Amino acid sequence: MISFSPTEEQQMIVSMAKQFASGEMRKIYRQCDENGAIPEGVIDTAWKMGLTSSSIPEEYGGPGGEHSAITGSLIAEELAWGDLSMAMHILCPALFAYPILEMGTESQRKKYLPLFSDEKYKAATSGLIEPRFGFDPYSLSTTARLDGNEYVLNGEKCYVPLAAEADLLLVYAAEDGTSHAFIVERDTKGLEIGEREKNMGIRALTTYELSLKNCHVPKENLLGDPRGYDFNRIMNCSRVALSAMAVGVAKAAMEYSRDYAKERVAFGEPIGSRQTVAFMLAEMAIEIDATRLMTWEAAWKLDRKEEATKEASLVKTYADDMVLMVTDRGVQILGGHGYVREHPVELWLRNGRGFATFDGMAIV
Amino acid sequence: MIDFEPTQEQKEAIDIAHEFAEELFRPVSRYYDEHEHESPRELIDKTWGERNKGTLALGLDVTACLRIEELCWGDAGLFLCVPGPGLGGAAIFASGTKEQLSRFLGHFNEGDPKWGAMAMTEPGCGSDTSAITATATRDGAEWVLNGEKIFVTWGKRAAENPGGLVVVWATVDKSAGRAGMKSFVVPAGTPGMRVEKLEKKLGIRASDTATIIFDNCHIPFENILGSPEVKKVDKGETKGFKGAMATFDATRPVVAAMAIGVGRAALDFIKETLRKQGIQIRYGVPRQKLTVLERDIMEMEANYKAAKLLTLRALWMMSQFQPNNLEASMAKAKAGLAVTKITQKAVEIMGPLGYSRKYLLEKWMRDAKINDIFEGTGQINMLIVARRILDYSRDQLR
Ligand SMILES: Cc1cc2nc3c(=O)[nH]c(=O)nc-3n(C[C@H](O)[C@H](O)[C@H](O)COP(=O)(O)OP(=O)(O)OC[C@H]3O[C@@H](n4cnc5c(N)ncnc54)[C@H](O)[C@@H]3O)c2cc1C
Repeated sequence: MISFSPTEEQQMIVSMAKQFASGEMRKIYRQCDENGAIPEGVIDTAWKMGLTSSSIPEEYGGPGGEHSAITGSLIAEELAWGDLSMAMHILCPALFAYPILEMGTESQRKKYLPLFSDEKYKAATSGLIEPRFGFDPYSLSTTARLDGNEYVLNGEKCYVPLAAEADLLLVYAAEDGTSHAFIVERDTKGLEIGEREKNMGIRALTTYELSLKNCHVPKENLLGDPRGYDFNRIMNCSRVALSAMAVGVAKAAMEYSRDYAKERVAFGEPIGSRQTVAFMLAEMAIEIDATRLMTWEAAWKLDRKEEATKEASLVKTYADDMVLMVTDRGVQILGGHGYVREHPVELWLRNGRGFATFDGMAIV
Repeated sequence: MIDFEPTQEQKEAIDIAHEFAEELFRPVSRYYDEHEHESPRELIDKTWGERNKGTLALGLDVTACLRIEELCWGDAGLFLCVPGPGLGGAAIFASGTKEQLSRFLGHFNEGDPKWGAMAMTEPGCGSDTSAITATATRDGAEWVLNGEKIFVTWGKRAAENPGGLVVVWATVDKSAGRAGMKSFVVPAGTPGMRVEKLEKKLGIRASDTATIIFDNCHIPFENILGSPEVKKVDKGETKGFKGAMATFDATRPVVAAMAIGVGRAALDFIKETLRKQGIQIRYGVPRQKLTVLERDIMEMEANYKAAKLLTLRALWMMSQFQPNNLEASMAKAKAGLAVTKITQKAVEIMGPLGYSRKYLLEKWMRDAKINDIFEGTGQINMLIVARRILDYSRDQLR
């Protein structure tokens, strides 16, 4: 039956994430952006809430909660509302863990999933994007070639979050033109982590370029068996997750500029009482809600294990445009004050601009 | 639980409505567009029968709106010919007593086709509903109505066909402003109520849009909806006006549902044409690799989806008895604008096929536009959304 009400359990997780976002993330996010670093303490606190590990089955040492893209989207929105860099850092291990949980072979699940049920944050990541014009996840330049009992990986990746800190990476590469995922451990020969990247936004999140030069991994490190592996599903999870995060960032910008519009007086009245400003805010609110509902619909399809490429890619593109429109207006409504770093709206614009670039963020 | 799956019953409702849209509406769509003010007799009789059997029940719930989307996919103008209490019924539902509900609407599923209409707009005011000048004066056990109402959908059918009714908004006390605004039920054929003219329109031409004159029109005292008392509250809202607003919360998602039906008709037409040409829309391909055509169509589809989901949410909230004033206006604002743009873009994309009257697309573009105008223009709905999110009164944000 058509319904827009999250379950009680989801409402509980959301309120926990919300509390963490407003109580912890919002206290330090500006400073994190300026310093380009996130204090370890917050990440550990978030990890202890079990936002990532809760869906790891009991047999692999986890609490065995349901793995749901809707729940994941709800969490991602709240955390991204708190701060996008921190949200991505907190959820980053899922980039490795979830594809294994959903598609890994039994021995891969046995070997890796228990690591994520630990008390301590386990840094792990994945590399998909490549540093070139016209990047297309369905036609990767990074290659994998079977050589006896091993795969040989060659190529370059960028925007790999936490690559230097992670012990485990899931690297996407093309084998005969088809995108596959390979488990690469940190100390594998031929894997070189480049310098930390400097980006317009998400400055508190560490991201790296990495190169694979004749990097040999055992044959068993190919994610899943051919039947269990579904690259398209991973892409759709990423689209849904990024859309949910875009909604969170946009909501932050809308709320801040809305409150500002009620305070700031020009020509004798609060600027919010002028339609030009008020209508900008109304459109921002409508588009945020619309994108959230579309995200939920695509997530719902994923949870039903239905083909969701249409829904997921429609909402991702919509969300890319929406978050840029909303965060840009966030700056506009504050005028010159929006342009200076005393207010956070410029940060949200920098972060919001990133969504059209981000890819492979399958953390739901 | 968040869920987007219609119930089995709803799926059947959609299928049945779609069949009517295809078989009953589409074949005569062009004819009634080109023969304005001619009545689609067969369609009226048939839908009246189905409505009374329940197969085409058109209320204010999710199921009804799923049906409405389908019927408007068929033809929005013809949908507005389907008999029933319509906006008049919605107004009675929003502020009528139980007794009034049964007195005014009880006979609405028997006998010959009947219509209900709602008359608010006047020559001097549309968006600013508080400025209406029609008057209702107490005269013993009766009210006497005077004034001119324009743009009344179903106006002629409701005012002239036996058993019909027109809900009229009038002021009982001009000095009281909004507080003096009340609504009254005028049964069809009441002396003093007459249809002055029918408009000729850009689109939805099958729908009658009437000017109705009230000239010393006497109705029983009990035909007032809500309380006859004028309660002034400092600048704030009052009950009579709230009745009007509650009606809109219920009917705006319905208009949004109509809108998305027209939008989907245009989208389906394009996709079908492309399919015949062997052109496929590639979802999931990176943006920079998409053709302009693919980008346009994906944007149209996403906007359709956005409008539809906002509409379903507003309706679902109503079904949960949650206040939905904000969400109803969000849905209406988005849907009205989205389908206006979708259909206009569709005409552009289809080139000579889009502009030609050989196909229905140009008609859908003309039909779609009304959804951004009636039941509150796009701007008025944006204003409501803005007031809600900024927590401003109508005096703080005009
Ligand atoms: C086919 C059709 C059917 C209709 N059916 C009915 C019906 O059944 N019953 C009924 O009562 N009415 C009906 N209407 C009337 C309709 O609801 C009004 O036309 C509509 O509300 C707009 O009012 P208006 O035409 O007087 O425009 P105006 O109110 O004069 O508005 C003109 C323009 O100014 C804008 N505007 C006005 N006020 C503001 C503001 N405060 N802020 C920003 N912009 C503003 C409007 O958005 C619009 O763009 C119908 C109209 C049509 C065309």
